[in-house]
Amino acid sequence: MAAKKIILRFGKDISDKPIIYHLAKDYGLVFNIIKANVNPNKEGTVVLELTGEQYAKGLEYLESEGVRVQPLAEQLSRNELKCTSCGACTDICPTGALYLHRPSMEVAFDSDNCVLCQICLKVCPVKAMEVKF
Amino acid sequence: MAIEKTYAEINEKIRSGKAVVLTAEEVIALVEEKGVSEAARQVDVVTTGTFSPMCSSGVFLNFGHSKPRIRMQKVWLNGIPAYSGIAAVDAYLGATELPEDDPCNSNYPGEFRYGGGHVIHDLLAGKSIKLEALSYGTDCYPRRELETYITLNDINEATLFNPRNAYQNYNCAVNLSGKTIYTYMGLLKPNLGNAHYSSAGQLSPLLNDPYFLTIGIGTRIFLGGGIGYVAWHGTQHFPGIQTDQEKNSYGPAGGTLAVIGDLKQMKPEWLVGTSYLGYGATLTVGIGIPIPILNEDVMSCVSITDRDLYAPVVDYSDAYGQRIPGNLGYVSYAELKTGKITINGKEIPTAPLSSYPKAREIAGKLKDWIQKGDFSLSEPVKLLPSFQDQITAKTLDINGV
Repeated sequence: MAAKKIILRFGKDISDKPIIYHLAKDYGLVFNIIKANVNPNKEGTVVLELTGEQYAKGLEYLESEGVRVQPLAEQLSRNELKCTSCGACTDICPTGALYLHRPSMEVAFDSDNCVLCQICLKVCPVKAMEVKF
Repeated sequence: MAIEKTYAEINEKIRSGKAVVLTAEEVIALVEEKGVSEAARQVDVVTTGTFSPMCSSGVFLNFGHSKPRIRMQKVWLNGIPAYSGIAAVDAYLGATELPEDDPCNSNYPGEFRYGGGHVIHDLLAGKSIKLEALSYGTDCYPRRELETYITLNDINEATLFNPRNAYQNYNCAVNLSGKTIYTYMGLLKPNLGNAHYSSAGQLSPLLNDPYFLTIGIGTRIFLGGGIGYVAWHGTQHFPGIQTDQEKNSYGPAGGTLAVIGDLKQMKPEWLVGTSYLGYGATLTVGIGIPIPILNEDVMSCVSITDRDLYAPVVDYSDAYGQRIPGNLGYVSYAELKTGKITINGKEIPTAPLSSYPKAREIAGKLKDWIQKGDFSLSEPVKLLPSFQDQITAKTLDINGV
């Protein structure tokens, strides 16, 4: 089973709980944290790859603890009507998720490689990158 | 025998549906296969295109007269000030104008999400735009203030007039400093972290007519998805030939165009409001220019490729801002388009700011228009100055009071 990339969103009331630890210990899930921003008494997000036989039960546990779980692919998208394929984002995107097809020089977005740093939202001159909540 | 064609002969072929039209990309292979002379014999028109941010752009508007009348002294469109120091209900809205309450770079780097270019785009998209005006009141123009909503259809004229567009060539921008900088060439990472360039290269209008053999005042063009004309040479029109210290030639640069056209027949996808983080707002403009193949010299010019065209590499952390002459060398557009160049011994990633796919689409559209007989070529009233005119840039001295 391929690892799925998900985003966990924590309310500030639960940001001090060892939630990821329980995913591994109680449900035997393998995780790889891509990005984390969790601070005491603040809302936090963790982007991780998660895989394992008890994946569904692990997600149920997360939700029972008040963690909102979203698939990563839904988070950022390239509005193909707005994007002019100028290319200005392609050397700023840190993971190569935004890149140029050569030789056509069309801009493409591979959400599998996106780590949601969101710098593209700022550098896109025509605001073609969009967040979906 | 030398090949000579006139505008009238080419237009006659366009009218009868017999004109042979290629884009500046397509003509390259033909010239490589058949040679310049044979290609000049076969082809009548070569179309070019570019789609890039062009800050020196804007629109003259005439709103029509309210009852009672107002002599507009201050004008805002969706909160963006327009220049109204002309007749009563005329105004000029510039592409880089910002709201008076925009935080700009006081919240560095500023986002500049909405400016004059965005208003132009919204007008074209048919959106309702808030018009506000203030005045001092006169005997003949009694109204002192006005607030209403307009659309592009509601107003008398909307004449796009861009004083400087279609730069013949442009810098490749890098950052030699140790911190990220935000420029009109985009975000430049520290220590030569990336390089940004902005030209359609082999498709670019003025790189395909580098010596201004065909483009002049009155040349009919693709402008913003509609039809426009070359009005004049652009501001800062300093056509020249790039050379390095050893006097090696790196091709033409420095020409610009002033263009004009009726905004009402343009399309929002070809005039797009644009924002540069930490720099400002502008307008991305689509321009395509047909090059009539009058002779072999013209065909030779349009057959250039990205391998033959070079951008100077310029440091935007210091050299550009401090107006320090010179550059870090030249790189060809073919190298730039691979995604990597080597500067000062370091391999660095490149990215364009000018859309090559859109430039190709514009050249293709213009080709279609000509092939269908919808677009004929206009003979310029006067050609524009070329490198032979040796126009040089003046600088601005800061004098004491």
